[in-house]
Amino acid sequence: MLEFVLERGNYWAIIGLMMIGLYTLFAATNLIKKLVGLSIFQTSIILFYISLSRIDGGTAPILYGKDAKGHSGGHDEAAGAHGAASEAAHAASDAAHGAADAAHGAASHGLEHVYSNPLPHVLMLTAIVVGVATLAVGLAIVVRIREAYGTIESDEIRETDLEVARAEYAVDQADEANPA
Amino acid sequence: MMDWILQIAPAFAEAHAPALLILLPMLAGPIAAFLPGGGRVAWGMTVIVTGLCTLLSLILLAQVRSIEGGAIISYAMGGWAPPHGIEFRIDALNVLILLLVSVIAFLTSIFGWPTIKAEIADGKRAMFFGAFQVCFMGLLGVAATGDAFNLFVFLELSSIATYVLVALGSGRDRRALPAAINYLLMGTIGASFYVVGVGFLYAATGTLNMADLAVQLQDVGGNRAVQVGFAFILVGLGLKAAMFPLHQWLPNAYSYSPSFVTAFLAATATKVAIYAMVRFLFSVFSLDFAFEGMSLALILAPMGIAAMLACSFQAIFQADIRRTLAYSSVAQVGYMLLGISLGTAAGVSAGMFHLVNHALMKGALFMAVAGAVLTYQGTRIHDFAGLGRRAPWTMTAFAIAGLSLIGVPLTAGFQSKFALVSALLESGWWWAALLVVFSSVLAVIYMGRILEAVFFRAPANPHKEHGEAPLLILVPLWILAIANIWIGVDGGFVYGLATDAAEALFIGGAS
Amino acid sequence: MAGPRSDHHVILRVVAKPLIPIIALFALYVHFHGDYSPGGGFQAGVIIVVAVVLYALVFGITPAMRAVPPVFARSLAALGFIIFAGVGVWALIMGGNFLDYDVLFNEEPGGHMGQHYGIIAVEVGVLFAVAGSMLSIFYAFAGRVTEIKDEDW
Repeated sequence: MLEFVLERGNYWAIIGLMMIGLYTLFAATNLIKKLVGLSIFQTSIILFYISLSRIDGGTAPILYGKDAKGHSGGHDEAAGAHGAASEAAHAASDAAHGAADAAHGAASHGLEHVYSNPLPHVLMLTAIVVGVATLAVGLAIVVRIREAYGTIESDEIRETDLEVARAEYAVDQADEANPA
Repeated sequence: MMDWILQIAPAFAEAHAPALLILLPMLAGPIAAFLPGGGRVAWGMTVIVTGLCTLLSLILLAQVRSIEGGAIISYAMGGWAPPHGIEFRIDALNVLILLLVSVIAFLTSIFGWPTIKAEIADGKRAMFFGAFQVCFMGLLGVAATGDAFNLFVFLELSSIATYVLVALGSGRDRRALPAAINYLLMGTIGASFYVVGVGFLYAATGTLNMADLAVQLQDVGGNRAVQVGFAFILVGLGLKAAMFPLHQWLPNAYSYSPSFVTAFLAATATKVAIYAMVRFLFSVFSLDFAFEGMSLALILAPMGIAAMLACSFQAIFQADIRRTLAYSSVAQVGYMLLGISLGTAAGVSAGMFHLVNHALMKGALFMAVAGAVLTYQGTRIHDFAGLGRRAPWTMTAFAIAGLSLIGVPLTAGFQSKFALVSALLESGWWWAALLVVFSSVLAVIYMGRILEAVFFRAPANPHKEHGEAPLLILVPLWILAIANIWIGVDGGFVYGLATDAAEALFIGGAS
Repeated sequence: MAGPRSDHHVILRVVAKPLIPIIALFALYVHFHGDYSPGGGFQAGVIIVVAVVLYALVFGITPAMRAVPPVFARSLAALGFIIFAGVGVWALIMGGNFLDYDVLFNEEPGGHMGQHYGIIAVEVGVLFAVAGSMLSIFYAFAGRVTEIKDEDW
């Protein structure tokens, strides 16, 4: 039982972070804190993908030693890395099941060394950019809210808006009562 | 019947139509943002680009329909063959969405200029059009791509641009800002849930290509990772599509954003999310897995019905016309979900048919509201009193689209609701069919309130004599209104497209 | 900012002055060595912006905006994007698919010039786009508030 828990330590960490992020997002009234919660939530997803890409004994996914020469080396490395990317992707899919023999996966593709799967890293690079853009837009809107309302507490903003709505409704009712 | 397009289109455009469709707004967006002239030049460019995209989608439609049963056009980005490379995959289902999005974008961008001139500050207009094109490009990308992660990137591209566009409504009403931040928080949670789901599928199969995922998932079967991934994807896309309990961001975002943005979003954004959901439910996950393994009908159907009833009730009690229409949008999403939840070809094609029709009628309704707001200010029902006499052309189109929303015979809404009810009866869900009819009665009440004020009440502001919207608004508005009647009288063409789309799913899902 | 009162920033300014060109140089190293090691336009763009942000923090936002105007930053972002898409269009014109580097130079099968230069051109686009947009974001936020006064340090 203990082993079951411990060998999945990364997933517990990810779930914990995810819950902390979501809780902050829902519970905080301060809009900046909400955005912080959102960032924590997104970071936990990045961790999730990165831990998917890990292979036991795998190194950074850059071909070296005999593997690089096998792909004719030199200027060819970029193209070679692409090949490794797709091969490692399949190797990692086995590994993701937990018990797969990663060395076997790599050997069957004719590579001497074991590489971790680069694809999730690339995906997360994109996700980070998306996260940065979202955060920037979010903060920009918060700045504008501060200028328009004088506060960044979401409950105070709701209160102000409610008052405005009530005032509008009162005017409407008055108009209905005696149409000019 | 569409071969003539293929004959006149240049070969280059035909060969690269899927890439060009995304590429045009992608290139035009950053350029438009820097064009001088107070936005006028950027507007012209936007109209041209969206027009060209409409032509490209027509080319794609002709290509897909050139083979009986629908061809599948696969375009490998960068020459990397799928499943390893990113693939754009166009079939009968998403060509319908591509065409819908580009036609609506074309019409709204023609209509947009007068309202943008009135609502957006001088210096921001060029940037506004830049953001609009990014949003448009993202929506097209979601519809066109065949790669699950690529779909996320396009979804977020369009969403981030949308948050900006919604927030720009603050020039008219500061409540646009909290609406935008709420939309941002909810939308980002939705997209993040989607990514988690895709991560689980990737862990289970080792591929991100949707067609390949479908094949691999058949072998993997229903293991726990796939089930969790399914749940995350459904919730994530449900948030984006404003599925019933996850729709809280929608009414405010639609009510306070600039008129142009509301008209465009109401007709496209949730539709594209529903498309993505349908694509995952039927193409990626097999029918058996989604409906028997995960008992999806028990989830989607109650949510769809709850949306139909609860949000129609909420729409009745709104004082603001745009809020009424926004709640009605959530209710209409319920109809589509109900159709999809049947899990039959007839149900899905009724859902897709209603999706197209709803885009046409909501587009027309929000355009008409925008036209009236332009001269009268104020979007409350009270402000609209007596407009029928002041602005007969605008309001007649509004009435046509409104009747279509209710589902009066000879309008588009009737055709799709009829298709939905017959699909429900075919599956023996007579109680659901009764609820659809009941929800339509609710629609009669909330649209009736507005129409009664517009046509039978004394004008609210007797000093304003003339209130007709400018020609730039009237033309696209009437195109949509006439489309509503045309589909209502002869729904064969669009219904045929929707049926093809649904059949493409059921054939594609089986392979 | 530069007045008799800012004397106690002398260490910051002395340290920052040689550091900023080195940061910029390192960015170029990360960019062009991206072929052979981790790195590339994205990381390099962020590092270049770090140099400008450091300059703005030490010498004030106004001199920084004079050195790298906000309009320049925004145009850079758009330009980078257009370079990226432009490479794709170039591949389209040469008869390949969008962003298909292999066709860029019409080379024999097995040639890798297209892959090599195609990726460098795209990375230059990424560098410009990231640097431009990061700097625009920084200016958008930093340019709004009144500057922190010397007494508040």
